[in-house]
Amino acid sequence: MLLIHCPWCGPRNEDEFSYGGEAHIVRPAAPEAESDAQWADYLFMRTNRKGLNLERWVHTHGCGRWFNVARDTVTHRIEAVYGMGEAPPVQSRGGG
Amino acid sequence: MKYSIFSLLRNAFSYHENWPAAWRSPDPRSAYDVVIVGGGGHGLATAYYLARNHRITNVAVLEKGWLGGGNTGRNTTIIRSNYLWDESAHLYEHALRLYEGLSRDLNYNIMLSQRGVLNLAHNLGDLRELSRRVNAIRLNGIDSEILNPAEIKAMVPILNTSPSSRYPVLGASLQRRGGTARHDAVAWGLARGADARGVDIIQNCEVTGIRHSGGAVEGVETTRGYIRTKKVGVVVAGHASVLAEMAGFRLPVESHPLQALVSEPIKPIHHCVVMSNAVHVYVSQSDKGELVIGAGIDAYHSYAQRGSLPVIEEQMGALIELFPIFSRLRMLRQWGGIVDVCPDASPIIGKTPVRNLYFNCGWGTGGFKATPGSGWVFAHTIAHDTPHPLNAAFTLERFTSGALIDEHGAAAVAH
Repeated sequence: MLLIHCPWCGPRNEDEFSYGGEAHIVRPAAPEAESDAQWADYLFMRTNRKGLNLERWVHTHGCGRWFNVARDTVTHRIEAVYGMGEAPPVQSRGGG
Repeated sequence: MKYSIFSLLRNAFSYHENWPAAWRSPDPRSAYDVVIVGGGGHGLATAYYLARNHRITNVAVLEKGWLGGGNTGRNTTIIRSNYLWDESAHLYEHALRLYEGLSRDLNYNIMLSQRGVLNLAHNLGDLRELSRRVNAIRLNGIDSEILNPAEIKAMVPILNTSPSSRYPVLGASLQRRGGTARHDAVAWGLARGADARGVDIIQNCEVTGIRHSGGAVEGVETTRGYIRTKKVGVVVAGHASVLAEMAGFRLPVESHPLQALVSEPIKPIHHCVVMSNAVHVYVSQSDKGELVIGAGIDAYHSYAQRGSLPVIEEQMGALIELFPIFSRLRMLRQWGGIVDVCPDASPIIGKTPVRNLYFNCGWGTGGFKATPGSGWVFAHTIAHDTPHPLNAAFTLERFTSGALIDEHGAAAVAH
C-alpha cells in the first residue's frame, strides 16, 4: 500500500487516489501539422520507466485535484510530490 | 530419453534417483544464428518451433533468472480462445488447438484439463455484449454457447445465483474446450523439446545491451559475455520497454503488476473455471485442491513483482459475492507478476525499426493461453523475416496506422 502525500490533504492511503499515467506528455501545439508517427508517439508510445518515474495522480476520493509524483517503479518509494505544470524537482532515471 | 510407462517402471527400480536432467545447461557459445531473449513459455515455444518447424537449431534462449520463473510461473493457468475480433480469435484458437496436442507432441504431460470456462453476465448490458460476443466467436468456428441461470446453477451448484444478490447472475457464456494446464509443465516440456533438437538454454544470463549497426542487429551483450548473432527475438513480457530502449525505439506498452493468490487445498468442489468481469474475479481449482484466484491489474505502473492489498481485498469481496461457501477459506500464497499492457489489449508480434530484431510483447494479462501459438507465429516471423498470416495484423505499425485490435472486452479482467 502506498502512502501518498496529497499537496492539499496530506498523507493518505493509495486507494483514495487514481493513477493518471506518465507525466509531462505535451499535447501537440499544432495538431494539424503532426505526422502519423508523431501522433502515434503522443497517443500511444510510453517511456514505461524502470526506475524513477514521473507520473500523475488525482485525489479522487478527497479534494479531486491532480498533481505529479516522482516514484521508483522498482522499490515503490516516492521521492517527490509536485504540482501540475511545475518542473520535476528530481530527474527521471533508469531504463525503459 | 522418451518418457513412457516403461521408463517410469525402469526408474522405479532405482527409486527414481537416476532420471537424467530434462535439458542441458551449456555455457553460451560466442555466436548463434538466432538468440531468443527470455526463457518463459513464449520464448521457449519460439525456440521449439524454430527447431521443429523451420529446422533452425543453432539457437540460444537467454534467461536472466530461471526457466518459467516470470509470468509463466505466476499466471492462473487458464486457457481459452473466446475472443471477439477475427484476428485475435484465429490467433488464440490456433494456440488452443496446439495445446490440445501438446502433451503428445512434446512427450511431456502438460496436464491440459478442458474443464470449461464460464464468463458471467450480471446486468442487461453484460448479457447483450455476451450474446454479441458468442455469435462472433461461433462465426469464427470456435465453440461457445450461452447458458441461462438455471443451466449455470446445474453446472456450478455452489455459485450464488439468487436473484436477490447484489449482482445477480443473469447468464453466462461457456467455452467447453477452455480450461487449465500446468503452467510449469508447459515451460519445462517446451524447454526439453527445444533442447533435444539442439537449442542451447542458458539460465542466469541477463541481456544488458543490444548491439546494432547500420540499422541491423549484430549481437547481444550479456552478463556472461558478448554473443554474436544474425537475428534476435525478444520475448520478455514486463521488461519489453527496457529492451526496446537498448535497441533505441519506444513501445506503446506499460508494465503493471498482476496479482493472484491460492487458498489452502480443499477437496474437489469447483470443477470448471468461472470468470466475472463485472464483479472482477476469476477462480478455478487446481489438481492439488487449491483455489486459484485472480483479477485485474494494479492501476499504477511497476516492475516490482508485487502489488497492493486493496486489489486483493476487492477480488476476495467479489469471490465471496459469487461463492458464499468460500467465505471461511484461508488463503495460502499471494504473488504478483509484471505484465506488459498495450493500449488495445492485444499483443505486438513482429518486426521492429531495427533489422533482424523481432519483438513479441504486449500480451498483458493473457499470455499463458497463447503460449504455443505465440511461439509458432513468432518462430515463423523470425525464420522468414516476414509475419505468419496469423500475426500479420499484430504489428507495431498498427499504432501509427490506427488499425488497432481492441480486445478490452475480452482482456480487461478475464484472464
